[in-house]
Amino acid sequence: MKNQILTLILVMAASVVNAAPDGAALFHQHCAVCHGDDGKGGVGVPLSLASFIDSVSDEYLRTTIRLGRPGRIMPAFPALSDAQVNALVEHMRGWSDAPAVTHNTEPVKGDAKRGEQLFAKHCAQCHGENGKGGTGTGVTFSRKRELPIIAPALNNSGFLAAATDTMIRDTLIYGREGTPMTSSLVTGLSETDIDDLVSYIRSFEAQPHDAAEDEVMPAVISVESPYTVEETIENLKAAITDQNFTLIRTDYVEHGFVEEGKENKKQVVLHFCNFNFLFQALAIDPRVGVFLPCRVTVTEQDGKVQVATINPMRLSGLFNNDELKEACREMTGIYEAIIEDAVL
Amino acid sequence: MMARLVVLTALLVSSLSVIANPFSAVFASNLIMARSHEKFPEAMLTLQTSIKEHGYTVARVQRIDIGLTGMGFKTDKYRVVFVGKRDEIQYLTKKYPELTPYMPPKVSIFAEDNDTVVVTVNPAVYKDMIDDEEDRRIFDRWENDVYSVFKDFSEAAEE
Repeated sequence: MKNQILTLILVMAASVVNAAPDGAALFHQHCAVCHGDDGKGGVGVPLSLASFIDSVSDEYLRTTIRLGRPGRIMPAFPALSDAQVNALVEHMRGWSDAPAVTHNTEPVKGDAKRGEQLFAKHCAQCHGENGKGGTGTGVTFSRKRELPIIAPALNNSGFLAAATDTMIRDTLIYGREGTPMTSSLVTGLSETDIDDLVSYIRSFEAQPHDAAEDEVMPAVISVESPYTVEETIENLKAAITDQNFTLIRTDYVEHGFVEEGKENKKQVVLHFCNFNFLFQALAIDPRVGVFLPCRVTVTEQDGKVQVATINPMRLSGLFNNDELKEACREMTGIYEAIIEDAVL
Repeated sequence: MMARLVVLTALLVSSLSVIANPFSAVFASNLIMARSHEKFPEAMLTLQTSIKEHGYTVARVQRIDIGLTGMGFKTDKYRVVFVGKRDEIQYLTKKYPELTPYMPPKVSIFAEDNDTVVVTVNPAVYKDMIDDEEDRRIFDRWENDVYSVFKDFSEAAEE
């Protein structure tokens, strides 16, 4: 009897473990938050667009899931099993009745030097200098859905690994209906021109834009103040205004956790904002709210007054968004300037 | 033999629950995100209800979207929710003052078309800032709770 129970349990477990992964559930879990459950796009690009899903191979999708797009928000998913990745691809294929295309891996032979000139003339306006891609995310919350999607970064190592030369060539020949990407033949380029463009795009592999590793930065910017808590707060208020930021409010770390008036008065938070800067940051990446609004804390412990902020440079590494790095670098400089002004 | 069976069953049930939970912490990332098909007001209510049901306090809800539409943004619904447990916030900020700028943790919530999206920093990220193994477990628990709250958030419209 005991053996029968044990066998039954093992069979039940095996049936669940061995069951084919549910592509829809996996997509909901890993992808839908950015691309939407129906693949129509959001923070991420619209994957269910017919001219996209019908023109990319299963292998392109698989490699994209595996490697992501370093520095362009789309994360890599190295922990997914092959079966899970295949289930995701199969789920995406369900958005279209068209059979999956295949692209051979033969390199396209063209003149990359000539392709560079053609790229500057015909492609760089959308895809950016050196194929760095358009600014912003997919169909973001910050842009109207009617607006075209943002041109992908062609110099991205994830893209270059996923896309074969023939896929790039086909995209140039046929364009992507529903996006600003029109057929290069229609715009007057010849097939030789297109081959030259493909060779130039492939040459980005030698110098991928996203090759640099991030330096690990300190988690906080922190300086001891020679002033009292009250004096430091007043200094900070003046410094915040001097940096063209608006003070939103001053409260305590314990605000909302303890009865009003009973908060620890030695843990003060100043909240402030520059709305232009805020809008720029949200346009780059709508997820940046996790470190907004700007805050600086003043604490007193063991007789020492400490002024501290988060270090935006440290946090920028969490977002896989190279565009955000510049804004974070700027914000780090502003935080440092405010603190320095306050404790001088 | 029976005891072994009980242990084995418990292990299997535990394994199966991880497989069945689409928001398990198996696939950890630096940012944890979720999407709800509820519209913003309902989604905000779902989020706050689940946060409270998990034993946390919503200390403040901060609007950061004033004037967003005037600047050409598609939505003006963007809030930051400050969340925590009083005793843990007090304990952590006293023992680790360098954590204070990150406390209390925040959840961003914004409307995206007819859906609502939430995002927060994975609490596991804060573990790098402290050494004490016992204290690091606080963030493990927070991480699990974030996944659980976001699961509630994500599934609310389907109920």
